Amino acid sequence: MIEPAAAHTVSIEAEINGRRVRAAVPTHRTLLDFLREDLALTAAKRACDVQVCGACTVLVDGLPVSACTFLAFEINGRTVETCEGLAREGVLHPIQQAFVDAGALQCGYCTPGMIMITKALLADHPRPSVEEIKAYLHGNICRCTGYKKILDAVLAAAEAAGDQKEGAVS
Amino acid sequence: MLQPFHLHEPATPAEASGILERLGDDARVYAGGTELLLAMKQGLLRYGHLINIKRMGLDAIAFDEAAGRLHLGATATHRAVERSEVIARRYPMLVAMERHLANVRVRAVGTVGGNLSFAEPHSDLATVLLLYGATASVGGASGRRTVTIGELLVDAYTTALAQDELLLGIDVPALPRGAGADYRKFAFFERPSVGVGAVLVPSADGAAVGEARVAVGCVGPVPRRVPEAEAVLAGTPFRGGGFERAAERAAEAVHRACDPADDLYGSADYKRHLARVFTGRALDAARERVLGGGWG
Repeated sequence: MIEPAAAHTVSIEAEINGRRVRAAVPTHRTLLDFLREDLALTAAKRACDVQVCGACTVLVDGLPVSACTFLAFEINGRTVETCEGLAREGVLHPIQQAFVDAGALQCGYCTPGMIMITKALLADHPRPSVEEIKAYLHGNICRCTGYKKILDAVLAAAEAAGDQKEGAVS
Repeated sequence: MLQPFHLHEPATPAEASGILERLGDDARVYAGGTELLLAMKQGLLRYGHLINIKRMGLDAIAFDEAAGRLHLGATATHRAVERSEVIARRYPMLVAMERHLANVRVRAVGTVGGNLSFAEPHSDLATVLLLYGATASVGGASGRRTVTIGELLVDAYTTALAQDELLLGIDVPALPRGAGADYRKFAFFERPSVGVGAVLVPSADGAAVGEARVAVGCVGPVPRRVPEAEAVLAGTPFRGGGFERAAERAAEAVHRACDPADDLYGSADYKRHLARVFTGRALDAARERVLGGGWG
């Protein structure tokens, strides 16, 4: 007979920010709780809890998801990226640096989500138009900075990534 | 807060049907979860068992050129539909709608089948599929059957699916050559509060409306076609003042056919007004597309 606790638990193995993670997660554990409570990865934030604000945005196999309404067991066999995984040896990722340079944050609560949705945007559209940026970022809400500087930061990040790629080719 | 549940991950629809039949109301099919998990988090729904149907290869998107028909597997995501080249070419109204559905995160996870099975009255997808004359393929313990979208959606949050049945996929006939189509909605943030669509199929000589389809969604428990509006448009020449007058009468018919509720997104009167205005705009856009050579 199956133990009641085991019946509600799933064994998962996933790559989170480049690290292999094995865990037994309750079926109803959300990815946001798993990241924040179990792994102490607190960049993804809880705000609206209904998938409309974007503060909990993380990437699963490169695609943006709302971790607040995404079950943790679904990451089994997949890769997860959170904002913690972006900097390398103390050097900020170009998207993070662009947000700092543009002053695209104030309280910072929405910023990890903004940065992860920007990463998803640039994967789909390396040279995004302003319309494409708006199409991706309209689902991420900022309540203090205003969106002008965030838009500037995303454009600058796209340019920086483009320069890097062109530099690598030549 | 979500409550613990038993997770089932069947390999085939038949296996899923068996579980549904055995567990009854305590089990629910789970795909993207973008609507179901929200309702469960808020305590509006509670299930002891969720049946994950994403492990049975139901996510195919295929266009049958000879039959002029698109198949969308139940677990195809909105993102996959939005980014499919063949859908963009042959079903531009569907892609245009998908590009404005919720947000990129929801589209990456939410599925076509989940959207229809949840039967939320505020569904853009259901209204658009109604316009295309799509059908749903349904599987259960006693076999498969096909129903129209209109038959599938019985009431708010209620489908024609029996206890042991699950949605397997949707078949969407392409619009006839030369047809023009348009869907538009009024939304606060991401939630549509009025959705109106129109399809105009030209007559054999191309000068008049051969067939008109008008559908309205979000302003009643289920989206619906509006035959009274369709009837006044049929036979109307595309050029000349006659079209404008017919479009106005069609918009009036839609206004009368709406049954909206007062809510945070607007009063019933306001939504009825918007439905009329948006019907006029959708018909104008559809007409422009017919005159431009067709855009289905």
